[in-house]
Amino acid sequence: MSDSIPSVSIINGRLVDPANQVDDMLDLHISQGHILATGDKPAGFEPDKVIDASGKIVCPGLIDLSVRLREPGLESKGTIATETRAAAHAGITTLITLPDTSPVTDSPAVMELIRRRAKQSGHARVLCLGALTKNLDGKELSEMAALQNAGCVAVTNAGRPLGNTLIERRALEYASTFGIKVFIKPEDRHLRNKGCVNEGIISSRLGLPGYPEAAETVAVARDVALAEATGAYIHFQCISAAKSVNQINRACHDGIQLSVDVAAHQLHLTEMDADDFNTGCHVDPPLRTLRDRDALREAVASGSIQAICSDHQPHEPDAKDHPFPDSATGISALETLLPLTLKLVDEKVLDLPTAIARLTIGPATIANLPFGRLDNGRSADVCVFDPDAFWQLEADKMISQGKNSPFVNWEFHGKVTQTLFEGRITYDSDA
Amino acid sequence: MRHHNHQLTEDGKLKHFLSIEGLNKNLLTEILDLAESFTSLADQGRSVKKVPLLRGKTITNLFFENSTRTRTTFELAAKRLSADVLNLNISTSATSKGESLLDTLRNLEAMHCDMFVVRHASSGAAHFIASHCAPHISVVNAGDGSHSHPTQAMLDMLTIRQHKEDFTPLRVAIVGDILHSRVARSQILALNTLGVSEVRVIAPRTLLPYDARSMGVHVFTDLHEGIRDVDVIIMLRLQKERMTGALLPSEHEYFNLYGLTEDKLHLAKPDVIVMHPGPINRGVEMDSAVADGEHSVILEQVSNGIAIRMAVMSMCLGSRQESQRKEETA
Repeated sequence: MSDSIPSVSIINGRLVDPANQVDDMLDLHISQGHILATGDKPAGFEPDKVIDASGKIVCPGLIDLSVRLREPGLESKGTIATETRAAAHAGITTLITLPDTSPVTDSPAVMELIRRRAKQSGHARVLCLGALTKNLDGKELSEMAALQNAGCVAVTNAGRPLGNTLIERRALEYASTFGIKVFIKPEDRHLRNKGCVNEGIISSRLGLPGYPEAAETVAVARDVALAEATGAYIHFQCISAAKSVNQINRACHDGIQLSVDVAAHQLHLTEMDADDFNTGCHVDPPLRTLRDRDALREAVASGSIQAICSDHQPHEPDAKDHPFPDSATGISALETLLPLTLKLVDEKVLDLPTAIARLTIGPATIANLPFGRLDNGRSADVCVFDPDAFWQLEADKMISQGKNSPFVNWEFHGKVTQTLFEGRITYDSDA
Repeated sequence: MRHHNHQLTEDGKLKHFLSIEGLNKNLLTEILDLAESFTSLADQGRSVKKVPLLRGKTITNLFFENSTRTRTTFELAAKRLSADVLNLNISTSATSKGESLLDTLRNLEAMHCDMFVVRHASSGAAHFIASHCAPHISVVNAGDGSHSHPTQAMLDMLTIRQHKEDFTPLRVAIVGDILHSRVARSQILALNTLGVSEVRVIAPRTLLPYDARSMGVHVFTDLHEGIRDVDVIIMLRLQKERMTGALLPSEHEYFNLYGLTEDKLHLAKPDVIVMHPGPINRGVEMDSAVADGEHSVILEQVSNGIAIRMAVMSMCLGSRQESQRKEETA
């Protein structure tokens, strides 16, 4: 099969490969689905196709640590075929899915189904987070060793509550037996109560149930203590509060193994955007204050937060058409992951190599993946984008089945022109 | 255009009545003046208290949450304006069959209504309905979650004005469950818009919203301090389910600390008025002696409720008739 992959040279572009500290005008040569060389064309190599990347950035294909593709079980919101196609348009080549599918991804059989569907569509690599507990009920441990053998990246309870701290302790111990990382979206469900917006001046004014910062920080404190006690490796997903990052930083300083990611929307929106009952901004965890947003931005710049994810959650239009507290949470976010991150470069929060690192080698390191870098012999997952292209996000032009984005009508700077996944061109704006 | 107030027509007339927020003093005063004229209509002792302002209009009371008193006053107000009234208690019908709010709305629109009076347990429900229903329909908020209950606030303003004439020198204290109260949120906005000199809220911290000061009030946790020298005391209703558990230890302790008694009333101005949106939990929020005493204006609030709702309904539908006429003559 691999013989049929055409060889490609991407020439005249600015190659940014943070894992190898490369940021230079270098050509990239691809053969048999792998990186053959950077820089000068190897003697005797004649590419089947040449992509002229003049004025463009060439970087590793993006890795997204938190997505819902909705299949199996919620195909009215999205399918592996539709969402991986959206990923290819957005320069994303590796998607890590959460296990809250229907049925839950708590067995090798469901993982196999997802793997096959992804292979059929061929737009991107789809890797699974396995369920931490059976059916995500928070009561009994899942068969983590079997999930690991079937290729799960890590395990998580996908934001669903664990019955109690004893179950959490045992789940962490069991996972660490096999060296499996545990991904956690920290939340104390009692403190959260029915909260749907940040507990703050907006919740006070609109009379919406508040979701206090402490619902996150209390959970982080608990999880950090259990990580220390059990020696398990926890990765915190989709952090929203500045104080959570401070706690995690301190724990890392004390030698506890932890990592953190943040959803791109948390770096741009605040609780004020949910004003006027805008259900597009109903997200979980909620948008916090401007102070939190700025501190999260700083943490991304400093490396205290190692990855930016999309937290992609496509919905059918009806899901958002309810009064705010009753509307579904989440954003269809694959297509804004790179644009929102590049906006941070425009706003001088990040330099370009750091921005790309948070979308490539950062998540690759967290998930122990050999991707997100362009050294010789690696899988040729490549994203080429024009950093100067101006465009506007329009709902009806979104590729994802979910059009639920609060960024509709936003203007962005930077657009993907080609995506290569395992050496194949999965998106080409010129085609 | 996020800050366009969609309660108003382009020329600043009331189209929906969803919240006090974004309405100016002139508009609130117009509502009060019109309501005042309706109260005198009732006072003349005429046997037929109807006016034909809304003849031929259909008003639907859409109550997703149980309420007898509020629904009855809306119904009475609509009938006194000669409108046809349809009462729907949705909590017991459609939504329990899994129909979405939007589906329910589409069905009702097909019945050619002119106005929805909406009560719903979720904050923002009235805004949601107003932004999704057909453009010829007006929406009046009869209470959404903990967000807003603007007609209740306006009937309280009318009652205050009848006793105090001028809002500007007044100190007003609101006592009780501010956190969950849509009434308090609307009252605070209305009082500040009408220009009172001070709004105070008085409650234990479990019943205060986050950073309550940001709502434009002074915050007190001690009733004695809070009602000192005030002109108006508004007691809020404490929901039964909130009296025990983690918000409050007991009715008994709440009454001891925050219940209004004749003794405590002496701390306020001698001509203080005492209000309550009803129904009162006697012996929890206040003594019977206060509820029925000379400072109490609680029953006036109820009759003002009909006048305010008549005013709001006729203004909302009137603004539409006007724009319709303009279109026809144009």
